[in-house]
Amino acid sequence: MALIPKTERHSDRDEKVAAGKLHATQYIVVLVLAVLAAGMWRLQVLGVDNYRMLAEANRVRKDPVRAPRGKIFDREGRILVDNYPSVSCFLLREQVKDLNADIPLMARGLDLPVDAIEATLRRYASSPKYVPIPLKQDITPDEQAFIEAHRNELPELETFDDQRRLYPRDGFAAHLIGYVGELSAEDLNSAKFAFYEPGDVVGKSGVEETYDEILRGKDGSRDVIVDSHGKEVGQLGQQIATPGQDLRLTIDLDVQRAAELAMEGHNGALVAMDPHTGEILAMVSRPTYDPNQFSVRLTKDYWSQIVNNPDHPMMNKTIQAQLAPGSTFKIIMSLAGLEENVAQSMHVMCNGGATFYGRFFACDRHHGMVGIDHAIPWSCDTFYYTLANKLGIDTIAKYATEVGLSQKTGIDLPDEAAGTMPSTAWKMKTQHDKWYAGETISVGIGQGAVQVTPIQLARALGGIASGGVLKRPHVVFPDELPPEMASAIESSFPGSGDRVIPITPENWETITNAMAAALGPGGTAGAAHLDGIDFAGKTGTAEVISHSAGATSLGTGATRANAWFVGMAPRRNPDIVVAVLWEHGGWGAGSAPVAAQVINAYITKQRKKEGNLVRVAEAPKPAATPAPNPDGGPTASVAPAVHPGAANLPAVRQP
Amino acid sequence: MRRFSSFRDFDWMLLTLVFLMSIISVLEIKSATLHTKFRGFDHKQIGFLLVGLALMFLVSRIDYHWLVDIAPWAYGIGLLSLVAVKLVGTTVLGGKRWINLGGGVHFQPSEWVKLVLIVMMARYFWGLAGRDLSWVDIAKAFAMIGVPMVLVFKQPDLGTALTYLPVLVVGLFLGGIRMKQTVVLLLLFAMIGGGAWLSGKRLKGYQMARINSFINPDTDPRGTGYQILQSKIAVGAGGLWGKGTNQGTQTQGDFLPIPYTDFIFAAFCEEHGFVGGVAILLLYFLILMRLIENAQQASDVPGTFIVMGVAAVLLFQILVNIGMVVGLMPVTGIPLPLMSYGGSSILFTFLALGIVMNIRMRRFVN
Repeated sequence: MALIPKTERHSDRDEKVAAGKLHATQYIVVLVLAVLAAGMWRLQVLGVDNYRMLAEANRVRKDPVRAPRGKIFDREGRILVDNYPSVSCFLLREQVKDLNADIPLMARGLDLPVDAIEATLRRYASSPKYVPIPLKQDITPDEQAFIEAHRNELPELETFDDQRRLYPRDGFAAHLIGYVGELSAEDLNSAKFAFYEPGDVVGKSGVEETYDEILRGKDGSRDVIVDSHGKEVGQLGQQIATPGQDLRLTIDLDVQRAAELAMEGHNGALVAMDPHTGEILAMVSRPTYDPNQFSVRLTKDYWSQIVNNPDHPMMNKTIQAQLAPGSTFKIIMSLAGLEENVAQSMHVMCNGGATFYGRFFACDRHHGMVGIDHAIPWSCDTFYYTLANKLGIDTIAKYATEVGLSQKTGIDLPDEAAGTMPSTAWKMKTQHDKWYAGETISVGIGQGAVQVTPIQLARALGGIASGGVLKRPHVVFPDELPPEMASAIESSFPGSGDRVIPITPENWETITNAMAAALGPGGTAGAAHLDGIDFAGKTGTAEVISHSAGATSLGTGATRANAWFVGMAPRRNPDIVVAVLWEHGGWGAGSAPVAAQVINAYITKQRKKEGNLVRVAEAPKPAATPAPNPDGGPTASVAPAVHPGAANLPAVRQP
Repeated sequence: MRRFSSFRDFDWMLLTLVFLMSIISVLEIKSATLHTKFRGFDHKQIGFLLVGLALMFLVSRIDYHWLVDIAPWAYGIGLLSLVAVKLVGTTVLGGKRWINLGGGVHFQPSEWVKLVLIVMMARYFWGLAGRDLSWVDIAKAFAMIGVPMVLVFKQPDLGTALTYLPVLVVGLFLGGIRMKQTVVLLLLFAMIGGGAWLSGKRLKGYQMARINSFINPDTDPRGTGYQILQSKIAVGAGGLWGKGTNQGTQTQGDFLPIPYTDFIFAAFCEEHGFVGGVAILLLYFLILMRLIENAQQASDVPGTFIVMGVAAVLLFQILVNIGMVVGLMPVTGIPLPLMSYGGSSILFTFLALGIVMNIRMRRFVN
């Protein structure tokens, strides 16, 4: 113990600690206590009003401030989707003594089932206590009054102003626009929503989903001081909510309206596109649903009604229905046959069908001697059986793939389907079997394993009529997006995209003239012709059940054939192409008037525009080259030198 | 020649003051726990106080010279108990501070080590016989206090570790440290402290957060700054006269954190105002002045050092605790002597006062 000196109890050392030092410590005591008293003075006398106020209003609460989503407009700036202010009821858990005891009263006042409240509470059980739980959205004035009147019994209930989505009524353009909804627990666990919070509202379908990043703003919050009854008495600070950006769609409200009306009472899909650019002008899928039901409170009844409907109301059939194209496929067959120099000189004797590989394939009529010029407008199956047999499946598949079949188009909407184009390689891969030549015959009329979506058909046939210029369909103008967003969209939605395929001008002329003839006297869709409009197209009647080609009966009910029609105007370098799928509609000719209504509405509107009244009546003559118009601008079939405004002129039919 | 020391020489004045504080403490604990699950703590506090008073009388009968004699042994045992608490201690609130003695009795060695250090420091400076302190003497004093301090700091219990500091400071001051040495030491600590602050590695995360939240409590009203903010609101809302017993909304509404221990002064100030708070300060003033008077009257150097050591620890705890409550100091978790609820703190205070009593009773011995 070297550290410790030895002590002696009775030491004679009686020296004391200097009195001055002990005296000094008294001053230190006084000083310390004086400082503390001053600190108390500062709070209790100088700051009393401030601290009394803080004590009275002693609760700091984070109230959410929802950022309004961006509005959605049509191409001319007319509003499609708006927001409306609403009030939401939230539950604050921080100061609740016994939440479970309050549930029955809450359930009664808010008109909610007890188990629904309990389920909501369970869902938020793991989130921090200061996070308010959204209990009921878009509450009624009565429910608001209930909350106000029960501030003492139910201080945990609070109302916040909210912004809700207002969609067009009756499911107008519902599949295109989509809807928003609260994130589910599963969503929150996925990487895509890693930075989202429970209760966040996101786009769940359509444009709302694809462009959620642009449309959604950034929610803000307010640090609110409330009294012990939960009533707001002040604000400490706030994070301002940033509203979402507005979005302009390529949709033309007038064309959309015509399309919705034309599809009234039909199940199926309609898509109208500007083939020069790929801009979608209208998109309709039937049956439809009411997205307003999804954005506020989805009732169990409505949900089960939707999911149990055999006609799939939630499906956007323009991009998701994969069906046999029927005779519309003959345009692609004609392209293949002409480009391969087979079809030009081919003449087939149609006696109501023909026999290939020991089997009879029927045609619906006795067309007599048929060449390519009549095969399209008459839709002679015998001609295309023969052509398919001559070309072989892989040649057909080559051309079909070039115009985009069996690939997504890359449209900027979620969950597009790719369809199917059979070939020897495809069959080996999927069925591990070789292709039999007999199978090629029915492919020639768009039956067999061929499956397309309406959007694929619109792009393919519109592209062929544009001399081989195929465009990526899209519903939002890419140049109006931030550049990085535009490129992100392009890579998120891969597909056949923009493409130019070589088409010999004479073949282009042959096909487009024949398509125009289909709307003329004797054509399959002659009844749908539009006076004064250069309207061209191709019908398709696709068997639903048996893929046997050439069945003469259409079937009934759910086995009734699907009626297809792809129409365009003008016949060459069309300004609009419309693909119509009428499920179980019977003859393709039945779909032609549907498309005709839309095209008529579009052309009429264009003509009403100033400067478009000058019409140039002229025989539709092919240009010296296919004039695939690289700058993507609209091109009328009239000679470009006629009128400076001619480039914008819609087509006029040869009188 | 030894005069018999009797209870006539007992410091009845000091006892009265302490008794008064104890009553106030019990009443405030009762008020502060009225609507909480800690209701009834006032009764337990009365139990602690009775045990404390009994021990105080008992210790006052022991000649403090004997304590000075056995101080090195007690110091050794103290260090061992601090090591033991690290090995077999019970973890409470993130720190290993307690040894479970069984039967519901927990023992916090760091509190009684404080007492040992006071006696040990007295013995050490007595041995130096009033000569000028050399740097070696100072270094030894630092080592003596520093070793247990580091052990307690590692528990981790920054608050209690800090209460060892005033023992060292008062020892050096009374022991005769020179002004030059003081300046050099202060500069040294400023540098070390600054370095530690910059590296931020010396303090635990929550300790760092406490200091940060002290500097700017409004940045995160729901986090660590919450306690200081609520405490300041409670004190400030009390105003000049207070809201009255059981009337403090901060205390009764559960906004004030642990209003029966570390923040008991905030609860008292809310309910009894500036006037009540100053009355408490006045009581402390009288107690401390009485202690210093006892120190002056002590018959020898170790007596003076022991009393002054006790006074220094009490003053330091008052400063840090009330300073925290009124927002002048960071949250360190140091209880307010004679006010805060808690057995270990009461036992330390009453044992220390028992020794002071003994020193006073023997003031005429020589």
